[in-house]
Formats: sequence, structure tokens, C-alpha cells
Amino acid sequence: MGKVVVVTSGKGGVGKTTSSAALGAALAQNGEKVVVVDFDVGLRNLDLVMGAERRVVYDLVNVIQGEAKLSQALIRDKRLETLYLLPASQTRDKDNLTPEGVEKVIAALQNAFDWVICDSPAGIERGATLAMRHADIAIVVTNPEVSSVRDSDRIIGLLDSKTLKAENGERMEKHLLLTRYDPVRAERGDMLKVDDVLEILSIPLMGIIPESADVLRASNVGSPVTLADNRSAPALAYFEAARRLKGEALPITIPGEKRSFLGKIFGRKAA
Amino acid sequence: MNDVLTESRPIRLKGRSFLALALTPELPLEDWLTRLDDLASRSAGFFLRRPVVLDVDGLEIDRSQLRDLVDQLGKRNVRIMGIEGARQSLLGADLPPAMNDGRPAADYEAKMAEQAEKAEPLEVAAETVLTAEPAAAKATPSMVVTQPVRSGQSLFFPEGDVTIIGSVASGAEVVAGGSIHIYGALRGRAMAGTTGNASARIFCRKLEAELIAIDGFYKTADDMEQNLRGKAVQIWLDGEALKAGTLG
Repeated sequence: MGKVVVVTSGKGGVGKTTSSAALGAALAQNGEKVVVVDFDVGLRNLDLVMGAERRVVYDLVNVIQGEAKLSQALIRDKRLETLYLLPASQTRDKDNLTPEGVEKVIAALQNAFDWVICDSPAGIERGATLAMRHADIAIVVTNPEVSSVRDSDRIIGLLDSKTLKAENGERMEKHLLLTRYDPVRAERGDMLKVDDVLEILSIPLMGIIPESADVLRASNVGSPVTLADNRSAPALAYFEAARRLKGEALPITIPGEKRSFLGKIFGRKAA
Repeated sequence: MNDVLTESRPIRLKGRSFLALALTPELPLEDWLTRLDDLASRSAGFFLRRPVVLDVDGLEIDRSQLRDLVDQLGKRNVRIMGIEGARQSLLGADLPPAMNDGRPAADYEAKMAEQAEKAEPLEVAAETVLTAEPAAAKATPSMVVTQPVRSGQSLFFPEGDVTIIGSVASGAEVVAGGSIHIYGALRGRAMAGTTGNASARIFCRKLEAELIAIDGFYKTADDMEQNLRGKAVQIWLDGEALKAGTLG
């Protein structure tokens, strides 16, 4: 049985899709069989980030409504043998997702893959609650800004109440992925610091992805950042996050620490 | 010809008890409404979606004044679900129904215990996972929550004290009949002694609250002493004034 992971957030634009693709690719590069499912019906984007937009024939809604078989809708990545994508529909709306249909699809994917990564839409509405419902593990993606943190807090509340695990009285495993972190701006006080975010959300940190042009560049060429340039800072951070997702206990490095050391040297030179 | 009843399933009617807020207007009504507006402006949305009963017992008003009062409250988004203590002649089809047998909340607990067999358990706010353990035998029931209260969650425990091991997020609220103890940061709202318990207190390890209240007396973030922000604080009621002091 594969593990079902939901990548979720309260606020939009924090990097859920980028993170889903990057983590999926990172896991697949280690030989694990991974499928990334786009739950953002109506606003599909994951296929773009994964460079498969021209290969979408059938989508999640087709499968749920019985118009296509799951095997027809799954798109295999051209670069990685073990990475698959289940795209979302752009033309339908999220009401086409039925709880029974989602349950069936997730169960089928769980039998065929090691990891089922669900890229959730933002917010607390139906699409988001359906995406998180069957998850074993949740990754809460947050930017270091107050509105994002507050909305994530709300989502964590939903993860603890509206999921199957919660209804069965179990605790959902939750991880925090802090994206678009800029240590210089955090130091200046323009952004929340890592400790502040952790203090407010109080769930374990899975990784800090530094703000970087590499992420945008990778998205624009249709490649998960961990595939596009696997030596870049964000790619390294995602590789580490993927290892933590698999249960490895790695120490977390906060990007600022290294930079502030360099900053000290530069500061001394300038003086 | 008589209609033949083919469907023999009965309609279910069940008794259920809810805890509602009771508003007690005072004369002159204009002044009272001004004070209400003042309160509402400082705690935006407090009355939204809450069951509110209008207690007009002993209030010398006539029917048109009462209807006007209900209209005035409606304009302020306070939806009155029933009127308590009104004479029959005051009420009509255009006004909320009469409510009687309301009990002051102090008696509530004992009443609940007696009726435990018959009545449905008290409704806890819908979306929250934090359910109140019915503590029947204990003299002072209390509730312990071992997880943070998240933004958007509402924790309602009119029976007694609430202890939270964790923080109360901004946008979350805790309403307790007794005291509230928070072993973390209080960033949201905390309302203690809501069932008329003036000796209830609020304790927290880090005060960042949006609103605090004890027995209906409020303070919002702007009214709080700024030097207490971020500190371990206790809040109590002294007469009609909320007092706060640091802990330890």
C-alpha cells in the first residue's frame, strides 16, 4: 500500500504545485514509484510545471465520472521512469469531484504506487477537503508572512477534524514546508523568522526552501526544480525534505545561518 | 373523500438544549443601543451566528417599542431567536417567539446532569474536534485540551474550566464557564466566566490576545496595557473592571 500525501495550504500562491512536483520528482529519482495528482480542478497547473501540458488527454474528472480508465489518464514523465502525473481538468469545475469517486481513485493509485502525492487547491472549500480526506501524511506549505501562517493554522485545524484519520480518532502526520524564505529579509524583519512560524503553527518542520530564481526558471521550462538543476539551493532543500518525508531524521539547516556567516566576512571587509 | 395516508413514517421531534446568550436591555433604549454599538465596534462579529435571546423581564415598554428594538438589533446583525419575560400581549406573529423556563447559566450544570438520560448532549461548535468530556461525577468539571486551538476553531465549554496545553491561534476562540488556563500563547479570543462567574480568571503564558472577556466584561487588543504584551499574564475581574497582572 502506497502512502497518500496531501500538499496543502490555506493561501494560494505559496508553492504547493511547485513543491508537489519537486518532491514527487525527488522521490522518483530514488527509484520510488510516484504519482502526483492534481486536485486543483478548474485551474490545472501541475501539468505545466511537470512539462506535460500537451500530453493531457484524459484527466481526474474523466476518471471519476467513468469516461476514462485510470491507466488512460496517467501520464508517465519523459525523464523519470517511475514518475507519473494524473492531471486535473481545466474545463470542469470542482463540483465534479465526488467523495466516492475520489475514494475509488485514491484506493486504485495506492495499490499501484509507493507514493500518491495530492496537489490540493488552496483554501478550505470542497476541493481542498476532498484532497486531504484520504491522506496519511499532510505537508502544509507556508510562506514566511502572517496571512499565510494564519491560513495554514486554519488548514491544520481542518486536517485534525475533517479527514478520515481524524474521524477514526487517529492523528494525521503533519509536516511544515516553509517556502520562499529569504534569510536577508527575515533578518531585517521584513519576513517572519523560522522560529516565529514554528512557534505559531507548532508542527514539525520538514524543510525550508530558499527564495530563488531557480524555482521560477524551472517552472517556466516545465520541469520540477529537483530535475531541472539538481545542484541548485532549492533543489537540495527539496531533496532533503523528501528524505525527511521518508522518515529520515536529518538536521535542519536554516538558510540564514550560512549567509549570515558570509555576511560577517563581507561586513568586516567593508569596514 | 378522505386522503389516505400511504406514508406511515412519523416525523421525528426531539428535544435539545442549547446555551444561548441573553441580552438584557435597559431603559432608555437609545442609550443602551449606543453602548451596544460601542461594544460591537470593539468586538466585530461577536453576535454573528450566535443564538441570542432578548430578556425583557421587568422592562416597561409597549409593543411598538419592542418591535422597534428587535428591528434596531436586526440592523446591527443581532438575530433574536426568542424573547424572554415578555407579557403575552407584547408578542405577536411579527416578533420572535416567547421563550420561557430559561435558567440562569449557573444552574445549568446541575440541570444537565439530571437530564443527562433524556436530553441530547450539549452541542459543541460544529467544526471543532475538541469535544467536551461529560464529567458527571466531578464537582467542578474541567476540560483539558492537549493540542493547539487553531485559527477558525471555537472551543465552547460552559460547564467549567478549560486548560489548554498549547497556544490559542489568532482567529480562534475559547469560551468557558469557568477559568481559562493557556500554557502557550493566547493570540485569539478568550472568554471566561461566560455563565455569570465573576471570579473566573484567564491565565496565559504569553498574552497576544485579540479579545479577552470575563463574565461579559470585555477588553480588546487596543484597550490592553501594552507593557503586558508577550508576557505571562493573569486577568481577573475587579468589580466591573478587568485587571491584569504578570505572573511569576
